[in-house]
Amino acid sequence: MTTFIDPQAVAPAPTQSGGSGSVPAQRKRSFGQWFRHKGWRHVVGVVTTVFAVFPLLYVLSAALNSNGTMAGSNALFTAFDGGNFEALFSDPTRPFGRWFMNTMVIGVVTSAATVFLGALAAYAFSRMRFTGRRVSLLSLLILQMFPQLLAVVAIFLLLNAITDVVPWLGLGSQLGLIMVYLGGALGVNTYLMYGFFNTVPKSLDEAARIDGASHVQVFFTIILPLVTPILAVVGLLAFIGLSSEFVIASVVLTDPESQTLAVGLYSYVAQQRSENWGVFAAGAVLAAVPVMALFLFLQKYITNGLVAGSVKG
Amino acid sequence: MPTLAPPGPAATRPPKKTALRADSTLGLLVKIVLLGLVDAFAVYVMITLFLQEKWLVLVFAAVVTVLINWVYLRRGGLPAKYLAPGIFFLVIFQVFVMIYSGYVAFTNYGDGHNSTKADAVNAIQLSAQQRVPDSPAYRVTILERDGVFHLLATEPDGTVSVGTTGEPLEEAEAAVTDSTGKGTELEGYRALQFGEVLANQADILAITVPFSDDPEDGSLKTGDGSNAYVYRPSLSYDEDTSTFTDLETGATYTDRGEGSFQAEDGEQLSTGWKINVGFDNFTKAFSDQNIRGPLLQVMLWTFTFAIVSVLSTFALGLFLANAFNLPDLRGKRIYRILMILPYAFPAFLAGLVWSGLLNPEFGFVNNTFFGGADIPWLTDPVLAKVSVLVVNLWLGFPYMFLVCTGALQSLPEEVNEAARMDGASAWRTFTAIKLPLLLVSVAPLLIASFAFNFNNFNVIYMLTDGGPRFDNTTANIGHTDILITMVYEIAFGTGVGRDYGLASALSIIIFIIVAVISAISFRQTKALEDING
Repeated sequence: MTTFIDPQAVAPAPTQSGGSGSVPAQRKRSFGQWFRHKGWRHVVGVVTTVFAVFPLLYVLSAALNSNGTMAGSNALFTAFDGGNFEALFSDPTRPFGRWFMNTMVIGVVTSAATVFLGALAAYAFSRMRFTGRRVSLLSLLILQMFPQLLAVVAIFLLLNAITDVVPWLGLGSQLGLIMVYLGGALGVNTYLMYGFFNTVPKSLDEAARIDGASHVQVFFTIILPLVTPILAVVGLLAFIGLSSEFVIASVVLTDPESQTLAVGLYSYVAQQRSENWGVFAAGAVLAAVPVMALFLFLQKYITNGLVAGSVKG
Repeated sequence: MPTLAPPGPAATRPPKKTALRADSTLGLLVKIVLLGLVDAFAVYVMITLFLQEKWLVLVFAAVVTVLINWVYLRRGGLPAKYLAPGIFFLVIFQVFVMIYSGYVAFTNYGDGHNSTKADAVNAIQLSAQQRVPDSPAYRVTILERDGVFHLLATEPDGTVSVGTTGEPLEEAEAAVTDSTGKGTELEGYRALQFGEVLANQADILAITVPFSDDPEDGSLKTGDGSNAYVYRPSLSYDEDTSTFTDLETGATYTDRGEGSFQAEDGEQLSTGWKINVGFDNFTKAFSDQNIRGPLLQVMLWTFTFAIVSVLSTFALGLFLANAFNLPDLRGKRIYRILMILPYAFPAFLAGLVWSGLLNPEFGFVNNTFFGGADIPWLTDPVLAKVSVLVVNLWLGFPYMFLVCTGALQSLPEEVNEAARMDGASAWRTFTAIKLPLLLVSVAPLLIASFAFNFNNFNVIYMLTDGGPRFDNTTANIGHTDILITMVYEIAFGTGVGRDYGLASALSIIIFIIVAVISAISFRQTKALEDING
C-alpha cells in the first residue's frame, strides 16, 4: 500500500487533549439505549476483528500442525509441534534459510542505501538554492507515480545486456537487483525527507558554518542526527516494501539459492499447493513475523503521518 | 560542535565562502578513494565494452564517467555533488528503462527474435544439422575442462583433434593415444568415466563441434559418446540474396523484411532477428483475434478491480472509523490493533494464504463455513473475481480505517455541534457536513490508492494467477488478470513464447492510462478544494 507521511507527524507532536472526561457518566440506561449508542459498535468490532484475524490464526495453526496437508490444517489449533519448521529448514531444494537471509540482506542493504541517497538529495533540496530545483522536485513527484514494475521487461533486457559486460551485476545477481531497486531510492522518499529537513532551523547550520564547518560536516554532524526519526521511518518503510517485492525479484533471481522469500515461497505453493501446506504455513509465519513486528512498531508514525499528510493535502 | 577544518580566517568569513573552501584532509581522502574506485570500475567496464566492440554503449559509459568526475572534481556545483548518486540510479533504472520500454514496444523483440540477423543466420545453420550419409566415423573421448565438455576426436587417418560447441576443431598433437591410435587423454583436460558419460548424456549429445568458423563446413556430433559423425547444415545460405535453400526439398526461405526467413507459403524458419516493427505491436494488441478479446476483457476488469477496491475499502474503512470514533468506547485500542493486522501482513503472503483458505477441495472456507461444499471460489470466472475483491478488501480496509479515523478526528468539533444545534440528524450531519470535508482531505489518498490497485500485481498473481483461463486465447491469460499481470505473463510466462515487444507495448498503454488518470484526478482534487474552501 502506498503510504504518505508528513514530516511534522514524525516529530513528537504536542499531546492532544481529547474529549476525555467530557462525557457525563450515565449509569441508568436500558439495554436498548446502550445498544443503540454503543452496543452495535461492539458487534461491528467483533465481526470485523474475526474477518481480519481468522486467516492469520489459520496460518499460525497450520504452521504448528505437522499433519502437513491442507485438509489436515482445517481443524484450528488441534496439534502443536515443530515438525513443519524442521521440514522447512531441512529441504535442500528449497533453502528457506537462504531465502530468509537473502531477503534480509537485500532489504537491509537497499533500504540503508535508499536512506543515504535520499538524505543526500533532501539536503541539497532543503539547504541549497539552484536553478532547476523546483523542476527537479516536481519531476521526482511525477516520476514516482510510475512504479518500476511497469518497466519490468526493459529492466530484464537491460540486466541481460549487463550480464554480457559485468556478469556479477547482471541477471541472477543480488547486487544487480539492489541496483535496480535503488532506481526508486529518490522519489517519494526524498519528498518526505525534504519536508522534514526543512523543519530543522537553518540558523543551526549557519552557526556551524561560521565556526568553520564544511558543508559535509554540517550534513553529517548537524543535520543527520537531528533527522534520525525520518531516516528510520523511510528506511523501515523501504524494508517493508522490499520484503514483499515479487515481480522484479522473480525476473532477476533465477537460482533458488539466491532467491528472496517472496519468490521462493511462491514457488513453494505454486508447485504443490495442498501437500506441503503445513511447511509453507511455517515459512509464511517466519517470513511475516519480522515485517509485522516492524510495522506495528512503526504504526504510530505511519498513522499520524497518514492523517497529517491527508489533512494537509 | 567539534570541527576538523582549521579555525582562523574562515571564522570571520561569511558562510557562503566557507562552502567553497576545500574540505578537510579526511574528507578529501575519502572523496579521492571513492572517486578512484568508481573510475577503476568504469575503466574495467569500458575495456570489456571495447573488447566486445560495443561502441555505442562504450561512448555512453565514457560520457557518464567524465560527467561524474566533472561533478566531483570542479570547485562549485555543490547541489550536483549531493544529487548525483541518487540521480544516477534514477536515470538508469527508472527513466532509461521507461524509455527503453518505449523502444522495445516498437520492435518484435522476443523468443526467436532476440538478436541480429547475422546471429540468426548462424543459429539457423547450426541448428539445422543433418548427418552426412557417407560420413566417416570419428572415434571420440569426452573430456571436461572448467565444467565444459569437449570432444577429443580421432579421425580415421589417426589425427587427433579437440573442440567443443562454439570452439572449432583444433589439432591436439599432445594427446595421449591408446594402442589402436585413439586419443584418450589430453593435458589440461579430464577424461570422463563411462558412468559420467551416462549421467551427462543430454549435455554430451548437444555438443556440436564445428570444423571451422564457417558453419557451412559442417560439424561433428556424437550420438553415443564413443563415435561421432559429420553433420552439415540442411539449409544453405546465400548471402547475396539473403535466402536459405533447403538442400533436400529445394524450398527457399527469403528475408521479407519481417525479421525472419519466410517461404512462399508463409512458413517461417523458427529463428528470426530483432527489427523495428513500428506500431505493429499496438495494432496486434487491438486486432489479433488471439489478443484483442482477452485484452479488452482484462482492461475492463483492471478498471473494475481498481475502482471497486478503492470504493469497498474506503466504505468499510469509513464505516469503521465512524463506529469507533467515540472517545469512551471500551476496547477501542484492542479492536484497532487487531483490525490493522492484515495491513501489516505481507501482501504476497496474504494472496498465497487466501488461495489455501479458498481452495475448493481442501480449503478452510468450504470445509468449515460451508460444510464441505465444493464452491469453486478461484476457478469460476465470477466467483474468482469476487474472491479477489474480498481478499483485496481484507488487505486494504485497515489503511482506509486509519486514514478516515485520522481525518474524522481532525474535523473541528464546532461543526458537529453547530449541526446538532440546528437539529440535524446524525446521518444528515455525516452526509452533508462531515463527508464533504473528509473527502477534501482524503481524495489524494483515494487517487493514490486507485493508482496502486491499478497495478496491484501481488494479490492477483498470488491468489488466482490470473485464472480461470480464457477459452478464446492460447496465451495463459484469464478472467482475473489485470494489465500488469498480463504484461508479466506475455513477457515471462510459460504459455506461449515470450514476446517482449507486445509486453512493452502493453506497458506503454498502462503508462498512458496511469498518467492520464493522475493528471485528471489531481486537477479534480484541486477543484474540490477550491469549492470547499
